[in-house]
Amino acid sequence: MKQPSATTGLKWDEPLLWEKGQSGRSAFSLPARDVERFAVESNMERQGPDFPDLSEPEVVRHYTRLSQWNYGIDSGLYPLGSCTMKYNPKINEAIAALPGFANPHPLLPEQSCQGILRVMAELERFLAEITGLDAVSLQPAAGAQGELTGMLLIRAYHESQGSPRSKLLVPDTAHGTNPASAAICGYQPVAVTSNERGILSAEAVAGLMDEQTAGIMVTNPNTLGLFEENIMTIAEIVHEKGGQVYCDGANMNALFGRVDMGKSGVDVLHLNLHKTFSTPHGGGGPGAGPVCVRQHLEKYLPVPRLVEKQGRLSWSSDAPDTIGRMHGFFGNFGVMVKACCYILSMGAENLQKVSELAVLNANYLKENLKQTLHLPYDRLCMHECVFTDKNQADCHVNTLDIAKRLIDYGFHPPTIYFPLVVHGALMTEPTETETKETLDGYIAAVQAIDREARTAPELLRQAPTASRLGRLDETTAARSPCLTG
Amino acid sequence: MRYLPHTDSDIAAMLKAIGVDSTDDLFANIPEAARSSREMDLPPAMSEWEMRAYMERLAAESPDHKIFLGAGKYDHYIPATVTNLLERSELLTSYTPYQPEVSQGTLQAVYEYQTLTARLLGLEISNASMYDGASALAESLLMATRIRKKSKGKIVLSSLIHPSYCQVVKTYFRPTPFEITFLPVLADGRTDVSALADMGDVVAVAVQSPNFLGCVEDLAGFGDLVTQTKAIFVTCFTEPLAYGLYQPPGGQGADIACGEGGSLGLPPGYGGPGLGMLATKMDYVRRMPGRVVGKTTDANGKDGFVLTLATREQHIRRARATSNICTNSNFCAIAAAVYMACLGKTGFRELARLNYDKTEYLKQQLRRAGMTLPFGAPTFNEFVVKLPPDFKRKYADLAASGGIVAGLPLADWYPELADHYLLCVTEKITRADMDQLVKEVSE
Amino acid sequence: MRSVDELVLPEALGYTENHEWARKDGSEVVAGITDYAQEELGDIVYAELPEIGQSFEKGAEFGTVESVKAVAELYMPVAGEITGINQELENRPDLVNEDPYGRGWLVTIKPADPGEIQSLMDKTAYYELLKGL
Repeated sequence: MKQPSATTGLKWDEPLLWEKGQSGRSAFSLPARDVERFAVESNMERQGPDFPDLSEPEVVRHYTRLSQWNYGIDSGLYPLGSCTMKYNPKINEAIAALPGFANPHPLLPEQSCQGILRVMAELERFLAEITGLDAVSLQPAAGAQGELTGMLLIRAYHESQGSPRSKLLVPDTAHGTNPASAAICGYQPVAVTSNERGILSAEAVAGLMDEQTAGIMVTNPNTLGLFEENIMTIAEIVHEKGGQVYCDGANMNALFGRVDMGKSGVDVLHLNLHKTFSTPHGGGGPGAGPVCVRQHLEKYLPVPRLVEKQGRLSWSSDAPDTIGRMHGFFGNFGVMVKACCYILSMGAENLQKVSELAVLNANYLKENLKQTLHLPYDRLCMHECVFTDKNQADCHVNTLDIAKRLIDYGFHPPTIYFPLVVHGALMTEPTETETKETLDGYIAAVQAIDREARTAPELLRQAPTASRLGRLDETTAARSPCLTG
Repeated sequence: MRYLPHTDSDIAAMLKAIGVDSTDDLFANIPEAARSSREMDLPPAMSEWEMRAYMERLAAESPDHKIFLGAGKYDHYIPATVTNLLERSELLTSYTPYQPEVSQGTLQAVYEYQTLTARLLGLEISNASMYDGASALAESLLMATRIRKKSKGKIVLSSLIHPSYCQVVKTYFRPTPFEITFLPVLADGRTDVSALADMGDVVAVAVQSPNFLGCVEDLAGFGDLVTQTKAIFVTCFTEPLAYGLYQPPGGQGADIACGEGGSLGLPPGYGGPGLGMLATKMDYVRRMPGRVVGKTTDANGKDGFVLTLATREQHIRRARATSNICTNSNFCAIAAAVYMACLGKTGFRELARLNYDKTEYLKQQLRRAGMTLPFGAPTFNEFVVKLPPDFKRKYADLAASGGIVAGLPLADWYPELADHYLLCVTEKITRADMDQLVKEVSE
Repeated sequence: MRSVDELVLPEALGYTENHEWARKDGSEVVAGITDYAQEELGDIVYAELPEIGQSFEKGAEFGTVESVKAVAELYMPVAGEITGINQELENRPDLVNEDPYGRGWLVTIKPADPGEIQSLMDKTAYYELLKGL
C-alpha cells in the first residue's frame, strides 16, 4: 500500500532579501580605480537605489535555501501536458557557457562570429528538415512570439494578395496564446468545435471557412493528445478559399521522424525549443519559438536573415517584403546553442525513438490509470492524455484536490483545468526521459489518492501537507495585490 | 542513448500493458499521406566527446576582444557567485510556478526581483519580465493604448530610441490603426520634444535615456510636456546601470519604464536571451502584460508567494488578454536579482560611478588628441566621437588582428553620421586599454 | 457547487440569460449578477465597471467581473445610461459573493425605455433556464 512519501528536504524559513544584510556590506568585488573622479551634474544625480547590502555568504545562503523549496525536473516527474518537461542535458549547459558562445557582443564584426553564425545556420537547416518546411527564422524569443510572427506572416501574405482578411479559425482545444496572438494581429478568432472523437472534422471547418477568414491555427497533436487525423482535408478546405494553415508545434515531441508537417498541409509552424528540444525552462523562461515556413512565405520572414556566400555567413536586411523585426538582436542564441547540441547528440534515429518512447509512456499511463481516473477519449493517444475528476465527484473532491495530494506523494501534478473542452482536466505528459519505475510509482500514487478520496477525502482537501507551505490563498493575492516589498 | 532509459524488456512489458505489438502500432492514427517518406537528414548522433569537440571548434572562432561596444548590450563583469547560484538545477529545471506550494524558490526570487526593479526604476510595481528590451517597449506602448482606452491615435517615439527597438515597435503596431511618428534630435544629442505641443491625438510618447547616442535625456522636462497632452509617458533604457548614478524615470513623471536588463548579470550571449524589464504605477496594474508574483499566506497563516492577477493573461483571458506572452525571461530575472543582491545599494552606485568616470576619462583623452565629440549633453557609459575618415580601415584591422573593437561605426545606422563611432566604456576596460585606443585613433 | 434548488432567486427581479438580475428603483434600474453566476465564478476579486455617464445598448458589454481563475463579461439588461457604480466593491469585491442581490449590486441605470425591464425573464423562467444547464 503506497504511503505518501514526499519530503521536501530541509525546510528552512528564509526571509526576504531586504530583511537581511547591513548597510556597508558587499558581495561584489570592484576592480581598482585607475581614473580620477569626474564631476556629475548634481541635479541629475541620485542617492539610491534602495537595495539591501549583503555579504557574499549571505547572498549564497539566501538563494541556496530558496532553491531547496523548488521542484525541478531534476527533482522528479513533472507530467505537465503540452510542456514536454523532459530531462535537460548538462553537457548542453556546459557548451552554452563556452566563452566563444556566451561572451560575444551581437554587434561584433561578422568575421569574428562565424562559429556562432554557423550554429544558427545549422539549427535553421535542422529545424527545416525535422518539420519538412522550407525556411526558418530563429528570431522569436518564445512560442507565443513565434505565434505572433506566424500571424504577421499570414497577414502580410494576404495583404500582398490584395485580400486582407478579418477572421481566423481557432479550435476549442487551442492553448490560450493562440487566440491571444490572433487578436494582437487584428484577427477575430472564430471557434471551431472539435467532434465527439476529440479532433477537428473537415465539415466543421468547411462550415466556417470563407474568403474573410485568413486561415486556421491548429495544434497537432492537439491538446487532448490526439492526432488531428483530418488535417490534410482541412488544409485543402482552407487553401481552397485562399487561407493559410498555422500549426502550433508545441506538441512536436510526438512526431519526430513520423510526420512531414509540410506534406500535411501546414504553411507556417512554430517550435518551442524549451519543450521539444530539451532546453531548460528556468522557472518560466527564457525559451525560443522559431518559425518554419513554406517557400511562398519566406520573403515575409523577420529581418535580418542569415545568408551564406562562398562559405561566409552574414546578416542581410535586404528583404523588401519582410514583416520587420521581432527581437532587439537575433533571438535567444543561448537557447539555440542548447537545442543544436541536443539535435547533434541525438541524430535522426534517436529523435525518432524520442517520439516512440514519449508516446509509449503516455499510452502506458493511460492504460493503467483509466480504471481510476475518468478518460473521456478512450483510444490511442500520442505523447499526452487527458483525464477528468468525474470518477471522484461523488466523494466531493475535485481536480485541484487530486493535484495537491499528488504533491504529498512526491510528484509534481499534471496540468489542471486545461484544455477547457474537458471539465476538470488533468492533462498528463510524462515525456520519454522517464523510466517505467517512475511511471509505476506515479500510477500507484494516483490509485492511492483515489482510495483516500473514498475513505478519507479530507486528506485531499487539506493537501498539500508534506510541503513547506500548505495551500496558498490565491483569492486574497488577487483581491489585494501586494506585488512589491 | 543516455537520455532514453527504456530497455527492450521495459518496452516489451509496456507494449503488453497497452495491448499493441510494436511502437509503430501506436502511430496508427496518422494518415499515410502525412507520413515522412524518408529518415530525417541530420548528422549522425555524436557522442559527448565528439559534440564537445565540434562545438568547441565553432566557439573558438569568436576569440576574446577588448570591446568598446555598447549599443544595447553592455559587457559587465559577472561575479562568480551569480554564475554558481544559477547552476542550481531546482531553479534552472523548474517550470512556471503554477503549483506554488512546490515553487516557492522561484516565486520568492521573482517577488524580490520585482521589488528591486521597482526600486531601481522609481515606480510602484514591476512584472516578472518580458523577453527583451525591444518587446518590452512594444508591449508598454500597447499597454498605454489600453490605459487610455484608445483604438487609434498617435504613438510618438524619440528618434534616439535604439533603432532595433523602433523596428520591433513598428512590427508590433503594423496590424493596428495607430500612427507611429518620430521626434527629431537637438544639437546636443537629446530629443527635440517641442513638436509634441502641436500634435493632436497623442496616445503615448516614448523616450530612451540614456539614448542610443549615449546622451541622458531631460526626463523631467519631457514628462511635463507629455502630461499636457494627456498621453502616457513611457521611458525605456538599454543600460539600467545608469540609474545607479542618475535619477530614475519614476520620480520624473514616467507612467511606464521599460528596457533591457542584460547588464544586470547576463552575459552578452550574442544578443539573447535578454531581460525585458517593465515597471509602472499600481493604478495601471490590470492593464500590465506579463506574469506577476504577489505575496499571500497559506492555509496555516504562513507567508508565501503566488502568481496573481492571472485574469489579465492569455491562459484565462485568451483573445482579450493584455498580451499573448506566456514564457517570459524568468531565469534571467532571477540572475538579475542575484546580481543586484551582490552589488547592494553601495556597490551599484560605485559601479555606476566607475563606468561614468572611465567614460569621462576616455572622452577627455580623445578631446585632447584633437577628436570632436559632437553631442554636448551629459552621458553615462556611451558617447559619440568623430574619427578621421581613414580610421575605417584601421577599425577592421584592429578587430581582426588587434583584438580591439573600437566601438560601433554609426555609418550603417545613420548616414549623416558617417565617420562617427559610438564608444562604450565599462568597468572591464582599463586606463591602459583606453590610452592604447587613443593612440590608435591618433596615428 | 450548490444545486439549482439551493440557489437564491428573489421573486421581484428580472433575469437575463447571461445571469444578470435587474430591478426597478424609482425611475432607475439597479443591476447585478445572480447567485448562480457568483457561485460559478468563485471568489470574486475585482469588478471592472464603466464610468458614470456612459450609455450602452441592451445586451452590450458594460464591464467584467473577475475571480481568481475566470472573467465574466457583464451585459446590459436594459439599454440606458450608467448613473451609479458600486464603489464599495473596490475594497470589498467579496460582497458580490456574499450578497449578490443587495450590497453586491453593480450599477444603476437610467433606462432609455422604462418599460424594457418588463421584457426580462421572471424568476420561474430563469429557474427553468438554470435547470436546463
